[in-house]
Amino acid sequence: MKAKKNLVIRSSEITPKELFHARRKFMQLAGGVTLAALLPRAVWAGDKLTEVKKSAYTVPDELTPYKDVTHYNNFYEFGTGKEDPAANATHFKTRPWTITVEGEVKKPKVFDIDELLKMAPLEERIYRLRCVEAWSMVIPWIGFPLAELIKQVEPTGNAKYIEFISLHDPEQMPGQLSSVLEWPYHEGLRMDEAMHPLTFLTVGLYGEVLPNQNGAPIRVVVPWKYGFKSAKSIVRIRFVEKQPVTSWMQAGPGEYGFYSNVNPEVDHARWSQAKERRIGDFFKRKTLMFNGYADEVSQLYAGMDLQKNF
Amino acid sequence: MILKNPNNKTLALVKAIVFLLALIPLAKLGLHAYQEELGANPIEKITRTTGYWTLTFLLITLSVTPFRRLLGWSWLVRLRRTLGLFAFFYGSLHFLTYLVLDQFFDWDSIVKDIVKRPYITVGFPAFLLMIPLAVTSTDAMIRRLGGKCWRWLHRLVYLTAVGGVVHNWWLVKKDLTNPITFAVLLGFLLGFRLFSWLWSLRKQRISAHTAISP
Repeated sequence: MKAKKNLVIRSSEITPKELFHARRKFMQLAGGVTLAALLPRAVWAGDKLTEVKKSAYTVPDELTPYKDVTHYNNFYEFGTGKEDPAANATHFKTRPWTITVEGEVKKPKVFDIDELLKMAPLEERIYRLRCVEAWSMVIPWIGFPLAELIKQVEPTGNAKYIEFISLHDPEQMPGQLSSVLEWPYHEGLRMDEAMHPLTFLTVGLYGEVLPNQNGAPIRVVVPWKYGFKSAKSIVRIRFVEKQPVTSWMQAGPGEYGFYSNVNPEVDHARWSQAKERRIGDFFKRKTLMFNGYADEVSQLYAGMDLQKNF
Repeated sequence: MILKNPNNKTLALVKAIVFLLALIPLAKLGLHAYQEELGANPIEKITRTTGYWTLTFLLITLSVTPFRRLLGWSWLVRLRRTLGLFAFFYGSLHFLTYLVLDQFFDWDSIVKDIVKRPYITVGFPAFLLMIPLAVTSTDAMIRRLGGKCWRWLHRLVYLTAVGGVVHNWWLVKKDLTNPITFAVLLGFLLGFRLFSWLWSLRKQRISAHTAISP
């Protein structure tokens, strides 16, 4: 049988694995360089963002220094230590980047990140950020309301919740080599929470493009919830009917609930949430209900038992 | 051989070196504080560093006996007091960091923490149990208590070590690498003691048996 004989490949004809990968790498690189030469330059971490208007959504608190905002991070994809993300995210690639919006929507779409940046006018908002570990910061974010994106894809009547999926790429995100959380990181909001004007699709901070360790190139910021609700490096947004189970709910169902609203009266299983230490302060301060955003958001939870729905 | 049986001069030198080495973590912490390099949350950094070294010195202290027996270096026991006192020293710094820097004498919060936070519920008594051991660490106290009584009292260190390891385990949110390492090491150290105790029981039984039989 002639055909069978042809299937045998001499070992000298097989490209060594290393060479194969090297070629691929070269081609990718060459392709990248050509593409970069053809396209207008994309924005990178550290670049200034222009045409940003100031927003009325601003708290009078003193800003947390830039160095602390960018060197004290919980971003387990880059390691569980607070200084790990700044150290390990230096070479993180944020271009090309797309965000797939799908599920219960009339117009599902794959958005390119640079297209998203132009979707709505960018504004700067100074928000408090309260971590579940009882520390807090005040950060000038840049972005636009998530509602702008939601309106474009037209959710159906079945869309009750929204799910955020972060990038899964263990080669770039060394933290994902450990199974410390269920990867990819997934978070979620109820539809009315997602549509709330405070819920902010964020692409920058301190006047510049979002640093890699802060969730580049695009993240959400939900200021009245504990920090882990604000998903980073988002690649997929899904509209769903049932309440999603988030990464932290899987990690500790008794410790992390779906809502995770900042609430000084509901303690975490391991520590009190009554007070917090603002980064840079010596004395702790009292934690405010809904992180000080009660006027804006408390009606979302009218009639709900917040001890149960923690 | 010098390792088996060093003279007094060598031993004094070894003791001095151990003492200086044991101060390095504190010196580093002080230097970083002076250079303002303790990061965004200095109090957390100090708490974690002093806690880490408390556990480390507890484990080093507990490894004296196994090493002494396995290597036959009986002089190691003469380092044990220094090492144990350093565990207490870092434990005290850890506790004071919590009391002064973290809570700033907010007794109400402290009591709530001890009652409601399991990791503090075990950590606080684990620290307290070190106090009688430190107080009775002098030669005079050993003589006053008598060797047998003193040895029994100082077995409290096992409770402190277990409490410390559990404290560390329970406070970690998700990444258990470091608590597991401490737990495994402590397991070996306590396991060695359990094993050698059972072994000595067996030997006693055998010798009792041969003594009775004609």
